[in-house]
Amino acid sequence: MKSLEEKRNIMIIDDDPDYLSQLRFYVENMGFNVLSANNQKDGEELIDRSKPDLAIVDLMMENKDSGFILSYKLKKKYPEVPVIIATAVTAETGMMFGLETEEEKSWIKADMYLEKGIRPDQLHREINRLLKL
Amino acid sequence: MSTLKILVVDDEEGIRSGIRRILKNYTVGYPFMDEDFSFEVFEAATGEEALDIITGSEVDIILLDNKLPGIQGIDVLNHINEKGYDTAVMMITSYASLELAVKATTSGAHSFMPKPFTPEELRASVENITKHLFLRRMTRKMKQEGREIRFQFLSVLSHELKSPLNAIEGYLKIMQDEQVGDKIADYKNMIDRSLERIKGMRTLIMDLLDMTKIESGKKTKELKKIDLSQAIRISADTFEPIAIQKNVKIHLDLPDNIIYFCDPDEMEIIFNNLISNAIKYNVEGGEVFVTAKPEENGFKVMVEDTGIGISEEDKEKLFKEFVRIKNNRTKDITGSGLGLSIVKQLVDSYEGEVKVNSKLDEGSCFLVTLPYQKNL
Repeated sequence: MKSLEEKRNIMIIDDDPDYLSQLRFYVENMGFNVLSANNQKDGEELIDRSKPDLAIVDLMMENKDSGFILSYKLKKKYPEVPVIIATAVTAETGMMFGLETEEEKSWIKADMYLEKGIRPDQLHREINRLLKL
Repeated sequence: MSTLKILVVDDEEGIRSGIRRILKNYTVGYPFMDEDFSFEVFEAATGEEALDIITGSEVDIILLDNKLPGIQGIDVLNHINEKGYDTAVMMITSYASLELAVKATTSGAHSFMPKPFTPEELRASVENITKHLFLRRMTRKMKQEGREIRFQFLSVLSHELKSPLNAIEGYLKIMQDEQVGDKIADYKNMIDRSLERIKGMRTLIMDLLDMTKIESGKKTKELKKIDLSQAIRISADTFEPIAIQKNVKIHLDLPDNIIYFCDPDEMEIIFNNLISNAIKYNVEGGEVFVTAKPEENGFKVMVEDTGIGISEEDKEKLFKEFVRIKNNRTKDITGSGLGLSIVKQLVDSYEGEVKVNSKLDEGSCFLVTLPYQKNL
């Protein structure tokens, strides 16, 4: 068992309290430490305060593109930290991510898009892959 | 200034160069257009040549002679209609073939101009057809934007519908795998949360139904004379149980018999939303005051609470679809984010007004003005 200091920190920002608590439950069970915020604004403050080893951010919070903004801020401050954008809105609903121009692609640098509905095994695999564990 | 491409199709060289001269420094402007239009003239001596030009470049307006050496003007017109080009066509024709010109207008030409014509007549006709083209393009654009708004609405809606399903599914999976224990009591919080999310989803579906009713409603408004005070009392009674749970007291100050000509279902939706909000966003032990007053031109209904209040910034977006003010005070309150947008739509449909005054931590006051309906 790793001591608390050795645990990796995963930042979760999501305005759905249930999704946040479920994600926290699984991520903590995987042996990580969780830092969380439940809206974009608090998320931005959390990013200013602490550096995670990986971040999972919801796409639609106060704004439809909250996740992109947070991802941008994370990448700007901590370029090496992997970011996962989680969303219930996927291509099947017809919503595109707005990744249409090269400019948008260059600054929305999420490492992965995760469709909501947690599949814990997949999530664990992806986190390990992104953290190179 | 933007330039429209005009194609002149006529086998008489004199007519083509004449039109070119007349339109050379001519511009068309209207008060409702942002910019004036000028014209760039292209020429074709035969129908075949015209089809080549139309296929190769986007032509805005075509002045089309019917009597041509090869294929006739009407054939060119049919081709344009088949391909659905965004082009307005005016037939140029001699008086002898007026009958044909009329036929052409019924098969898609915008208008026709008899030959010979004076420069003034030509300019007037071009002005007309430009206006027609401009309006047609505007209408199309607005329809597209309407679709765009609809599309955004649907994507937010699908998000709002899927989120509770995901949450409930997530809890059920944790339970299915017995991840936090083997007793039902270990999962009490998850069951409570799931039920709460189901409640939220039900509210959303009900609100959506209300909204669909309004949107398809213009035809189906069923106007009746009702007693507004009575309608408000019924709404207040409906939410009394929830108020009691939250220890919120509802005070009504309603005059007797205020008769209003309206759709009773719509009034119910308005009052239900305002009164339930006043309870939901109140504090434990708070109060709700509902007042109705006749005015010169209608009625004023005020729903006041002693709740958490709304910040200046949030007030602006309050009446938009799917806007829920999210902060620590509201995080445990379920709502669809549609209620107030429905209220606004309905009140608008009576040419009334809904306003809000609010102070954070002191409370909010929603003021609805309902003018008498003219057809009373």
